[in-house]
Amino acid sequence: MRKKVIFKGIALPWLLLLPQLLITGVFFFWPAGQAIYGSFLREDAFGLSRQFVGFENFAEVLADPNYLASGWTTVVFSFSVAFTALSAALFLAVQADKAIRGANGYKTLLIWPYAVAPAIAAVLWLFMFHPQIGLFGRMLNGLGIGWDYRLNGDQAMLLVILAAAWKQVSYNFIFFMAGLQSIPKAVLEAAAIDGARPMRRFWTIIFPLLAPTSFFLLVVNIVYAFFDTFGIIHALTNGGPGQATTTLIYKVYVDGVQNLNFGSSAAQSVILMVIVILLTAVQFRFVERKVHY
Amino acid sequence: MFRRTLMAGAVALAGLVGPAAAQQPAEIQFWHGLSQPLGGLLEQVVTEFNASQSQVRVVPSFRGSYPETMVAAIAAFRAGQAPHIVQMFEVGTGTMMNAGRAVIPVHELLSRTGVAINWDDFLPGVRGYYAAANGNQMSMPFNSSTAITYYNKDAFRAAGLNPDEFPTTWEGVERALRALKASGHACPMSTAWPTWVMVEQFSAIHDMPLATLANGFGGLNTELRLNNPLMLRHMTNLVNWQKEGLFRYGGRNNAGEASFPSGECAIMMTSSGFRARVQREARFNWGVAMLPYYEGTQNAPANAIIGGASFWVMNGGPSVTRSEAEQRGVANFFAYLARPDVAGKWHMDTGYLPITRSGFEHARSQGFYAKPENTGAEVPIEQMLRGATTENTRGIRLGGFVQIRDIMQEEMEKAFQGQQTPEQALAAMNTRGNAVLRNFERANRGG
Repeated sequence: MRKKVIFKGIALPWLLLLPQLLITGVFFFWPAGQAIYGSFLREDAFGLSRQFVGFENFAEVLADPNYLASGWTTVVFSFSVAFTALSAALFLAVQADKAIRGANGYKTLLIWPYAVAPAIAAVLWLFMFHPQIGLFGRMLNGLGIGWDYRLNGDQAMLLVILAAAWKQVSYNFIFFMAGLQSIPKAVLEAAAIDGARPMRRFWTIIFPLLAPTSFFLLVVNIVYAFFDTFGIIHALTNGGPGQATTTLIYKVYVDGVQNLNFGSSAAQSVILMVIVILLTAVQFRFVERKVHY
Repeated sequence: MFRRTLMAGAVALAGLVGPAAAQQPAEIQFWHGLSQPLGGLLEQVVTEFNASQSQVRVVPSFRGSYPETMVAAIAAFRAGQAPHIVQMFEVGTGTMMNAGRAVIPVHELLSRTGVAINWDDFLPGVRGYYAAANGNQMSMPFNSSTAITYYNKDAFRAAGLNPDEFPTTWEGVERALRALKASGHACPMSTAWPTWVMVEQFSAIHDMPLATLANGFGGLNTELRLNNPLMLRHMTNLVNWQKEGLFRYGGRNNAGEASFPSGECAIMMTSSGFRARVQREARFNWGVAMLPYYEGTQNAPANAIIGGASFWVMNGGPSVTRSEAEQRGVANFFAYLARPDVAGKWHMDTGYLPITRSGFEHARSQGFYAKPENTGAEVPIEQMLRGATTENTRGIRLGGFVQIRDIMQEEMEKAFQGQQTPEQALAAMNTRGNAVLRNFERANRGG
């Protein structure tokens, strides 16, 4: 039964909504509208001549094998980041939830990386895995593994996935910790008395009860991998070698900002917008049904 | 529009009425893309110019790397706030040439203001790079470099090679690489600016076209010509050498440079502007030499081409033009830069090429080349001047060249990874690069 609050008159509710509406309008609808408008145009870099070209930019982008390849790169990248970040965070949260000495210290340390800016995170990883100056990079080469992420696309991908996932672990960790703390102890103790071992308790009680948290985090992580990993890719690999780590969002930047090809870049961001809308809708429609709140 | 006219009128009136206002020097915004220590040296040149006169004051500001400066200037133009002068790297030249009323060509600026610059004094390879097909100077050449070879003399000696003579041909270089590897050197050779050195300079030195219509100087409908037999031979060699451990791909742009002064790689091909860093950091005997060529190539070795940047004069925005005082100030600043003492000092301080003959003479008269620590400082100049300049060695003028370079880099990387053959890499560079050229042609035909 929903409780209905009724305002007298119309002015106050609008006034209360106004800040949020303004922010959504200025920072979301207006730029999105600009992108849609720009995606139908073709202009020179200086904006001195422009031409309406209909859906030509879209047709060109979708027929470009490099664009399709970068779509696949994005899928691989996003799911790897989400999976790695979620599983690592869950493991750490379960461990930190146990009654161990100095648990608070561990928790603080695990939350720290979230405060690191993406570009700085990337540089940290660069200093570890650069084949010539990086500690681990040199170690790998010393062990006879030909490590050079500047030339090996798979290694470059692995590196950006690790760096991007590492940064997201903290965020997931906080939510999993909160989720774990809300699981009633009585249920776990009852299971223990019935003879369920820790592994079994985890998979039959903790994991299902964490499902709402995991679902929320899955959405957030995929959106993060899609949009927020630009800094890491830019600082670590520049989308290379070849186009091995050029994700869709990185390609929008390369074509728009570096190559000054505004029409194509705008068309790509419109496609990206559609993908994310679809992705979120699908997640809420199908995945949410299987989640018990 | 109306308000702007009104304001311009008011400003003009104020200028007429108030003599105090007229004495205020006009400010010339100058955006550059040189990081330290070069940026500081450039700003010093500007300070000296400001001290030499009182009509204008040039205000320099650092705007990030070359590509970032280019993007910033273009975005500022769209917003009506472009700088008066922008330093633009050579790769952006094609874009600026076709920028229509966004730029004021230098020859036009000079004829409007009556300031004279003696273009005949400039090195042809430098001036020609920034001139239109009809010879009109479009931008002001300033910091120009070219690519040369740096090599580790101690490593050469250890490998039983003559440390005072770097091989002039690629055949000789290959023999040297094998000797270096045999002597236990882990990285016999690497390169920075892979496409500039191994594709663009390579084509010029072998007097081969990189693109049709005189490398794009002849018009917007130019097409890349990268899949020629010699280019293929070189690409195949590099890929094989990489496999054998004779050559190491060091990353895009200048990322590879660091491996030379550290002693890790014995041979490094990169910009002549790298000299200062080697001088400061290398703890071994080193030498410089011209870039090699393949034996028996017709007309090889021809002159190398330049990199670096030039100064472009911009209008403020689609409807913001420059006042006469501002134009005169910019023209005087350019004339100042062309003075023998200024150009010569810049060359001596930075290791960039002397862009004028008189600047070169100035440096020589100061005894610059005779000093032992400057041995080899004239190698880049000699490399620029050897052979007769042909349409293949004048330079490269392609629209969207920034993007084309990225494409070449990507396809090279895929070949080095073994994902495709050198033939496929060159074919892909051609196809993808031509798509960029057609796109640029279409966007700029009307403009």
